Amino acid sequence: MTKTTGQSRRSGPAVGRPGVIWAIPGVMYFSFFAVLPMLLVAYMSFTEWDGLGNPKFVGLDNWERLFSDSLMGQSLWLAFLLTVLTWAVQTPLSLLIGVWAAGYQRNRAVLSAIYFLPLLLSSVAISLLWRTLIDPNFGLPAQAASWFGIDNVDLIGQSNTALYTLVFVATWQFVPLHSLLYQGGARQIPQSLYDAASIDGAGRIRQFFHITLPQLRNTITTSSILMVVGALTFFDTVLILTQGGPGTDTTITPYLMYRTGFVSYEMGYGSTIAFVLVVMATAASLVLVKMTGFGAMRSTREGM
Amino acid sequence: MTSLATARSAKAAPSPLQDRPSLVARARKRIRTANLPAGAVSLVWLAIIGIPLYALVASTFRRTEDYLDDGPLSVPSNPTFDNYQKVVDKGFDTYFINTAIVTVATVAIVVLLAVPIGYAVVRSANRSTQMVFRFFLLGLAIPAQAVIIPVFLIISKMHMYDSLPAVILPSAAFSLPVSVLILAGTMRDISEELYEAMALEGVSVAKMLWYLTIPLSRSGISTVAIYTAIQAWNGFLFPLILTQSKEERVLTLGLYDFVGEFRVDAPGMLTAVLLSAVPLFVAYLFARRALVQGLMGVGGK
Repeated sequence: MTKTTGQSRRSGPAVGRPGVIWAIPGVMYFSFFAVLPMLLVAYMSFTEWDGLGNPKFVGLDNWERLFSDSLMGQSLWLAFLLTVLTWAVQTPLSLLIGVWAAGYQRNRAVLSAIYFLPLLLSSVAISLLWRTLIDPNFGLPAQAASWFGIDNVDLIGQSNTALYTLVFVATWQFVPLHSLLYQGGARQIPQSLYDAASIDGAGRIRQFFHITLPQLRNTITTSSILMVVGALTFFDTVLILTQGGPGTDTTITPYLMYRTGFVSYEMGYGSTIAFVLVVMATAASLVLVKMTGFGAMRSTREGM
Repeated sequence: MTSLATARSAKAAPSPLQDRPSLVARARKRIRTANLPAGAVSLVWLAIIGIPLYALVASTFRRTEDYLDDGPLSVPSNPTFDNYQKVVDKGFDTYFINTAIVTVATVAIVVLLAVPIGYAVVRSANRSTQMVFRFFLLGLAIPAQAVIIPVFLIISKMHMYDSLPAVILPSAAFSLPVSVLILAGTMRDISEELYEAMALEGVSVAKMLWYLTIPLSRSGISTVAIYTAIQAWNGFLFPLILTQSKEERVLTLGLYDFVGEFRVDAPGMLTAVLLSAVPLFVAYLFARRALVQGLMGVGGK
């Protein structure tokens, strides 16, 4: 194991270097539980399986069904809508909160400590908390309704408010993480940039747009990828809050896959839907990486 | 373009900065004046985060009748601990122990596998380990939800369905890519000279890992452990699909099952929600810095 390949031929002692064998156990483990399933999703999309026995090859049946399935079309549209909405709501909010929390003032530290709390709750806990709080009979909307004299306060019983509720709960759940990322990013921006800008007479808003935003380029990419992939696989909250309803109005693609696979036990067709999800998540990440030049890993310190 | 301009002026900045510190101080002071819009947003956000959390905690001390009469926001006028008793009686302790086992085992597997990978990726000179790094970078993009059907197939073919290992093994696998990235990041910062000094004394590769790399990447390892522990503790998808019986149930799944039992008992439901997070709240109280750094580290530098 103590191979000395690639030792430095320069002066200095020959440092023993670990061979690739050190990584083999981990690579095999990950391959078995993650890469193999990904290949199997592709294979299983051409099979029929009810969860017992073995998957049976059925050729293109599932794919033909997929292209004529109106539920699939609707679910993709809803997943797209949810992704765009959660991104558009969360990004500005996380940016503002994160940059604000990056200051070292005492009150900001205290508030940041509270902002962090939702991160400790599981998505199940958060969904159940909100399910209870927005209960049409005994929750917050019922109280607000009695103050303002509104009739229908069943937020998850109506299709448009059900979708907005999901966006809101996702925001409550994930903005703490993303603002934390932005806080970390903002703290790495050199103070000298701000000092220089202040001397040049740039105010707070100009500093934000001309220093903070460009300097946070990599953080914005990381955060956006996490949001988009997260929204594409957003599932727990839908299962607990809306069960895809009312009707099928919040049945986004991952929930449709779950229902097909584990409620109707059509795991072959479920895999076909899952395969579409894998492709979409990968494509979305690649597009974001390309668009922002993240892959090149340009330094944000260029020119300093 | 504008960023270029600011960058250029930053380059020119150091000399005046040294000459006239008062100028910097004055400029900084101008920015220090109260930032009203940001302050307002921060208070609104505090309410959005704080009010539900208040309702969560306060409701656990309310009687169901009181809750149904007064709504989620009222102050518990005659507090009770009945809800806690009720939740524990429903088998919460079993779920708790199961979750603890899953969490500890998952963290152990991840640390055991990710540390040598990080070591090889950072220290190895040969090309194949660079491919290992890229492999995990791509692995990051595999969403667990999308491959859950084949994972179910694999677990049932291994005759592990409805057992704790069925939850532990895939949970650990899906924490690996992030963990490898974090560890490689930390381990890269260890200087070459330290390795050379050890090599002078004829230390083997394994001992270098043990006596040099691991002690110097403790922060990265704790980040990985914390991140993995939170993921495992709060994980829902794998338990939902891969377990069934009450004996193998973890907290998140137990909560989900309470939906039926506590249909009209909001305080009971919220007590279960709160109890499920108690260990993480306690950890947060005592190791806030490590937890925050842990999650911040996931976003990368």
